[in-house]
Amino acid sequence: MTAADPRRVVEAVWRTESARIIAALARMVGDVGLAEELAQDVLVIALEQWPEDGVPQHPASWLMATAKHRAVDTLRRQSRYRQKLEEVGRATPDSHEPDLAADIDDYVGDDLLRLIFATCHPVLSTEARAALTLRLLGGLSTEEIARAYLTSESTVGQRITRAKRTLAEKKVPIELPPPAEAAARLASVLEVIYLIFNEGYAATAGADWARPALCDEALRLGRMVASLASQEPEVHGLVALMEFQASRMRARTAPDGSPVLLQDQDRRLWDRLLIRRGFEALARAEGTWGPYVLQASIAACHARASRAEETDWERVAALYQVLAHVSPSPVVELNRAVAVSYAESPQRALEIVDGLADSLAAYPLLAAVRGDLLARLGRPAEARAEFERAAQMTKNEGERALFRGRAAALA
Amino acid sequence: MRYLVLLKAAQPATPPPPELMDAIMKLGGEATAAGALLDTAGLLPSAAGARVSLQAGSLSVTDGPFTEAKEMISYALYQVGSKEEAVGWASKFLALHRDLWEGWEGDADVLKVMGPEDFGNAPTE
Repeated sequence: MTAADPRRVVEAVWRTESARIIAALARMVGDVGLAEELAQDVLVIALEQWPEDGVPQHPASWLMATAKHRAVDTLRRQSRYRQKLEEVGRATPDSHEPDLAADIDDYVGDDLLRLIFATCHPVLSTEARAALTLRLLGGLSTEEIARAYLTSESTVGQRITRAKRTLAEKKVPIELPPPAEAAARLASVLEVIYLIFNEGYAATAGADWARPALCDEALRLGRMVASLASQEPEVHGLVALMEFQASRMRARTAPDGSPVLLQDQDRRLWDRLLIRRGFEALARAEGTWGPYVLQASIAACHARASRAEETDWERVAALYQVLAHVSPSPVVELNRAVAVSYAESPQRALEIVDGLADSLAAYPLLAAVRGDLLARLGRPAEARAEFERAAQMTKNEGERALFRGRAAALA
Repeated sequence: MRYLVLLKAAQPATPPPPELMDAIMKLGGEATAAGALLDTAGLLPSAAGARVSLQAGSLSVTDGPFTEAKEMISYALYQVGSKEEAVGWASKFLALHRDLWEGWEGDADVLKVMGPEDFGNAPTE
């Protein structure tokens, strides 16, 4: 057994505190890039001082107080000194001495929310939003983000630097969006979180663990926003959707890395804790029908079925119908067709799928669904051709093996 | 990755001070809001529980209390990005005990829950 050295203590505290510190600084200095720089300075000070002087009694308060001192110093040096200092004086506790009350009571919830609204601001590209959010709110290093996105550290570094510059140049305020913009801005935040989740969810088994770990990061960001903006049903819908999807993580790939379809998954491998959390999150959005709530409700139908045959397909089909109305897309229609094939008949589903032939011409899953429906309708030759077409179109190795397997079984 | 934090301590003679319980609730709220705390609960003294044993091929059930010097006090399940982060939450939790319950001593064992990252080419930390 070894005692943790101060450097590791700094790391431990930093992982849990950095987002809050950057958020508080961003509110004070009004600039995301400067806030991050100041926070980095504080980290360096801690790394220098703690091994020398010992770890402070209240490390988190120490970091926050030191950070705020630095921010005040910086503002003082700037010309906006007088005006800004008044704001700071109003917004922060009088005492900069670390104390327990400050450690626990320092209310930073709104700071975090302001920060994520800034890092997910629509002036930035979706890639930039994701990278900046992971960096500043997830506390991931540039290297970790690069590994997760299968790109180079310098690309991610430039993306983040440019994003911070854009926020400054466009004078994006660090504030909660005004009521007129609130819905659209929240949608942008949720979109970024779900994109991060899907980036991780798309990773294949055996891939560098940094990629699947994006799912965890997205879930944490989602849970954070859900607790800070708990009056927004769609936030709970998104969290529920991610909890349900993440619950199937262990079951969705075979040991050889090939994907396992929902109906073939060993449901004993589903994570019951995440399913329970999914239902809890969904209950908080009860009675609302936004796109995330609807998708989560569909995922809940699957979570309720302990065997694939027990799935309430009529409810799934009905939910897809509402979803197609709320947020129309050919992919939603394709999913609705699958539900209809079980709730009504494969023939009825085939009619829906055939209506999508133009809009989803290059979409491998359209061919695969069509192949499945034809096979169930007793038309093996046509089914086989569809699976082969799907195998040719997909870029995912695991999917290709799956489609080839289905085609071969129909020979 | 997930970590299970088990709090162990000698059974205290007095109930915990109410300020500590308040602070623990606040910290739990903070960890939940950070998306890190998945599940937590206190555990009753082992007198309220039992132990099922298998020895020499036969099962036996013994009612608590058990004779260990320390009892399990509570558990918490965290979803975090690193061991350091789990240690960070556990340290905050023990710091509350230090500040609000004089003389209290105990351990928080930080145990990694086996996950998909523990197979294949994942880093070991």
